[in-house]
Parts: sequence; C-alpha cells; structure tokens
Amino acid sequence: MSDTSASAVAFVRTESVPASAPPSNAAGPVKWVKDNLFAGVGNSILTVLAILAIYMVLSKSMPWILNGVWDAPSLSACREILNGETGACFAVLSERWNQLLFGFKYPSELYWRPALAFVLLFVAAAPVLFFDLPRKLLIFTGLYPFIAFWLIWGGPIFYPLIALIGLVVAYKVFVAFEKNNFAMALGLGALSAIVIWYLSGFVGENSALLAFSLESVPSRDLGGFMLNMMLGVTCVSLSLPLGIALALGRQSSMPFIRYICVIFIEFIRGVPLITLLFVASVMLSYFFPPGSGVDLFIRVVIMITMFSSAYIAEVIRGGLAALPKGQYEAADSLGLDYAQAMRLIILPQALKISIPGIVNVAVGLFKDTTLVSVISMFDMIGMIRGPIVASTDWNGIYWELFGFAGLLFFVVCYGISQYSQWLERRLATDHR
Amino acid sequence: MAEVAKMQVSDEVAISIRNMNKWYGTFHVLRDIDLTVHQGERIVVCGPSGSGKSTLIRCINALEEHQQGSIEVDGTLLSSDLKNIDKIRSEVGMCFQHFNLFPHLSILENLTLAPIWVRKTPKKEAEELAMHYLEKVKIPDQANKFPGQLSGGQQQRVAIARSLCMQPRIMLFDEPTSALDPEMIKEVLDTMIELAEDGMTMICVTHEMGFARQVANRVIFMDEGQIVEQNEPEEFFNNPQSPRTQLFLSQILGH
Repeated sequence: MSDTSASAVAFVRTESVPASAPPSNAAGPVKWVKDNLFAGVGNSILTVLAILAIYMVLSKSMPWILNGVWDAPSLSACREILNGETGACFAVLSERWNQLLFGFKYPSELYWRPALAFVLLFVAAAPVLFFDLPRKLLIFTGLYPFIAFWLIWGGPIFYPLIALIGLVVAYKVFVAFEKNNFAMALGLGALSAIVIWYLSGFVGENSALLAFSLESVPSRDLGGFMLNMMLGVTCVSLSLPLGIALALGRQSSMPFIRYICVIFIEFIRGVPLITLLFVASVMLSYFFPPGSGVDLFIRVVIMITMFSSAYIAEVIRGGLAALPKGQYEAADSLGLDYAQAMRLIILPQALKISIPGIVNVAVGLFKDTTLVSVISMFDMIGMIRGPIVASTDWNGIYWELFGFAGLLFFVVCYGISQYSQWLERRLATDHR
Repeated sequence: MAEVAKMQVSDEVAISIRNMNKWYGTFHVLRDIDLTVHQGERIVVCGPSGSGKSTLIRCINALEEHQQGSIEVDGTLLSSDLKNIDKIRSEVGMCFQHFNLFPHLSILENLTLAPIWVRKTPKKEAEELAMHYLEKVKIPDQANKFPGQLSGGQQQRVAIARSLCMQPRIMLFDEPTSALDPEMIKEVLDTMIELAEDGMTMICVTHEMGFARQVANRVIFMDEGQIVEQNEPEEFFNNPQSPRTQLFLSQILGH
C-alpha cells in the first residue's frame, strides 16, 4: 500500500488502512494457557508446583469434610460413628447451633427476636448501601436502631420510644435554628433532647406507659455470633461519623479543636484495643457515678468505637489531603460556607478516595469484636472457648468449631469487601 | 478586529484597593497596591511569573488574606468577617487555570450547586438558569456528562458558566487559557470576549496579548509584587515607558 519507509521523503496518505480481525495465534484458550501457565521454564515449574500444592491440601481436607458426621450427641459418640476413619465431627455445630449464634443464656423461646432484628438489619442497611433505592426507605433506617434495641433487649417500648422522640425533637429544633447559627442550633437541639429525656424520668414505676413491653433480657445474657454482629454493626456505624468529625477537627484552624483531635487520635492509636477493652470492663466504672452501672455492652461499644474512629479519621485525613487545593478554592469562590463546602464538595470526594481504607478498618473492627471474649463476654469465640469446648461432651474438638467461626467471619468480611469494590465502581465519575 | 473596548464604563466603582500589602511569611509578595476598577471595566494583568498577579486577584475574593491596606468590593469592605467574605464571594465569580470543576458532579449539578445552596434558588429555576448559561458558552448538549468526559476548553467554558450562574457583578480570571491547547484557547477567549461585550466587569490575568488588545480598557504590568505600569492597551503595547515593561514585552512578543 503506502511506501513510508522507502527513500522518498514526501508522502501523502490517500486511503486509510482498514481495521481487521487479529490472526488466529493471537487469541483463544490455547494461547491463554501458553501465555499464562507455561510461558517459560520457570513459569511451567511454578504452575506444576502450584497444582501439586492445591492437590495436597484438597486430598487431605476433602475426605475430612465429606466424611463429616453431622448428628451425634458428643465427641466420643461421634468417634464411635467414624470408627477410626478420617472425618470431621460437625455434629458439634448442629448440636450447639443456637449457642454459637445466640450465646448460652439468651432464652431459647425468644430467639425469634434477634433473628427478626437480623433480617430487618438488611432492610435498614439497604438504602444506605445502595443509594439508588428510594430515599423514603431511610426513615426505616432511622427507626431501626430503636426497633433492634427493643427486639434484642426487650423491656417496655416506652424507653426506645422516648429516646427516639428526644432525637426527633432535637433534630427539628436543630433544623429550625440552623439558618441563624449552626453552633447555637446544635446546642439548642441537644438541650431539648436532654429536657425530654429528663422529663421522661418522672414516669412512675407502675405507669400505663410502661405496660406495653417485651420480656426483658439483660446484656450479660447476650452472646454468640449475635454479639459480634451487634458490636460490629453498632461500632462501624458510630465510628464513621466520629471519624469524619475527628478528621475535619484535625484540619481545623482553631487550635483547641485541632489539639483535642490530634491528642485523641494519637493516644487511641498508641494503645492496644485489648487494653481499652480491659479499661472498659474493669476501670471505666470508676469514672461513672457510683451505682449508675453503665452497661458493659455500652462500655465496650464506646471503646471499640473510639478505637476504630481514630483509625478512620486518619484514613479520611489521607483522602482530604489527596484532594487538589483547587477544589477548596472553587467551593470558596462560589460563596459556599464551610459546612456546605465540606458536605457537598470535599467530603463526597474525600470519602470516595478513602473507601478502601475505611473498609479495611471496618473489616478489622468486625474481626476485633472477637477480642471481647477475653473480658469474659461470650461472643462466638468466647462461646467456643468457654461453654462448648469446656463441656464434657465436646472437650477436645477445635478444628470444626474454629473453622466454622472462621468461615462465618470470612463470609461477612468478603461481603463487605465485595460491596466496597462495587461502590468504588459505582462512584467512578472521573473517567480516567 | 472589532474594538469592544472603551465602551460603557460607568463612574461607579466596583473594586477599590488602597495601599494593600501582603506577605507570605516574611516574603513581601504584594507591595503598596493601589487600584480602582470601575463598573464595566475590563482589565488585563500581565507580568512575569512570581510577580504577584494571581495573588492580587485572589486577594479580591479573599482566597488569600492581605495584611495591610483595604479592599472594597461593591462597597463591601473585605475584612476577616465571614459574612462580608461570603457576600463578596457570591458577587465575584472566579475562573481558575485548572478549571476546578467538581469531578463527582455532572455538568448541570456543577452549575446549579451554588445557586441552590447559596442563593437558595429553587432547583427548577436553577436548572433553567444553568441551561441558559450553558447555551451561552455553546455546550448545552454536555449538561449530563461529567467534567472528566469533556475537553479542556469545554471544561473551562463550563467553569465560566458555573461562575455566571451566580450572576456575579465582577469576574476574575486567573490564567484561564494557560493549561489549554492552542485550538481550545480560541473557544475560551471567544466566550470571554462575548462576556466583555455584555458589559461584565472583568479582571483577567493572562498572557494572551491579542485578547488584551481587543478587549481591555486597561493593561496592568506587575513585577516583584508592584504595579509597574498601567495604560490603555494601544499605548501600553506600542509605547511602553518602563524598561522592565519593554523587556517583558520584547520577550513575549519577540517570537
């Protein structure tokens, strides 16, 4: 066709080269195998070794899993059934299923309540996670913490109701005064909530308001995977806003706010979570007025939330630092005030950049909830190490139980990670 | 070339800068700046890099703080009072060298954001306004795309439209064409010329001398943080007085 390489300097293209399909040796499965598995001597050796390793793992584990016993009252009975053959004893899972999920003290006739709360969790989380859903669903998300509290702990509906009313009134007051002064609106809102909660304290013991109630379950009776889920969901959803506030506070031009945030973040990051949990279980009661007895669950939630919010704050600070200065300037030059610029321009972009880091912290937090087993709360790991393995029936069984616990945590964490990747793709508007 | 300049300049003072000084740490960036801009006036600021021209116009809408002297915009004194700053910023539009569009919002959302949140315009009205200005900058068909999908020239025109949606009385341009390819410079300059024809008060930091000749009523030359020379464009380009200006002009017009 054209003769560009020839000696002639002058060249004019008169017709363009048509696009054509690639030759057969440049596509197809054979080419893929050749390119990816056996591209060279070293590559081929690695492929063979990898296949060998996979074979060895599966050849040991598959018979153990497939030959598992699902129905036996104890470990010794299970071994009798196996009669010397290789096989797992999954019977412990089926026999102690409810204990693994709900702990050993939660009344068994009330299992439906946490189960219902768990199902409703998905309904509540959906509009937050998938923002294409109608925004009206967020109303249920707002109600969910109170519903879940009532379902799991029981007691008169009056208490969660009054907590909800206090917050709704506080929000209404805040919105009413927000236009005048942000700080004043915040203060007035908080004040009105406190007044309502204070007044509700005057309702008598035998008042009709307390009549409508579910059977009450104390915090120390909670346990199993339910406890992990409760701690995980509560702490993640509380530590995200707290982390954002800390990250913004750390960038504040007001020295007091900045130093408080810096000291908080650096202190919390410098202390192991397990130490904080011991503080929560043993020492925190010294700081509360005598006899007030703040619930251990709440103390643990406070500690884990503080811990992960410090990490989330640093992740978000990274996102804020990654934004070009021009974004702040553009927002300023249009006359947006600080709150608007943060909410509409800066945070949406900074949070998007921070998604992988935030998810990292969230996954870590969820797994760290198992640490509460060392302060004698019977979460899933606490249940396994305590009541189940210590019982005469199941003494000496480990693989099946911890394998199951690992699988359950893996499913949740992998789900979180997949969601975050979907979210990143969904939010990608920069078209790089 | 149509002479747009020297028309409808009123006596009303839009910006008045008196004896303004600014330091970055101990570095004296702006020294004794005195400048009065009338309503409808179009001023081009030029000078070597580091001469403080960008800093000067960024002081006008308080993106930079000045330490001495006073800046008055439309009769509002620029002080550390946030209310005054927000008032001035909503009256003064600004275009940046790197456009600074909001990449997470569509073009339409970029344009309606400030009217909705700052001016409290109803959404529908804000969208009509946005489409009006998008038509003015000749890209209404891009309204639902994201900034990353547009060319540099289109992005800069969107940025101009975004500022216009706040219906400012004054527009500041900070080297609006320096990050653009030659083909795109023209489309942005055309938009700015049209804006000038509509009588907008403009201060442009730019090295586009053709634009300065065609549009400006006044060209200001800055060096080392000071206003060295200012004059009408014809006089400025044909008969520069200061040796520093002569050197600068010979360098940028020399090739």
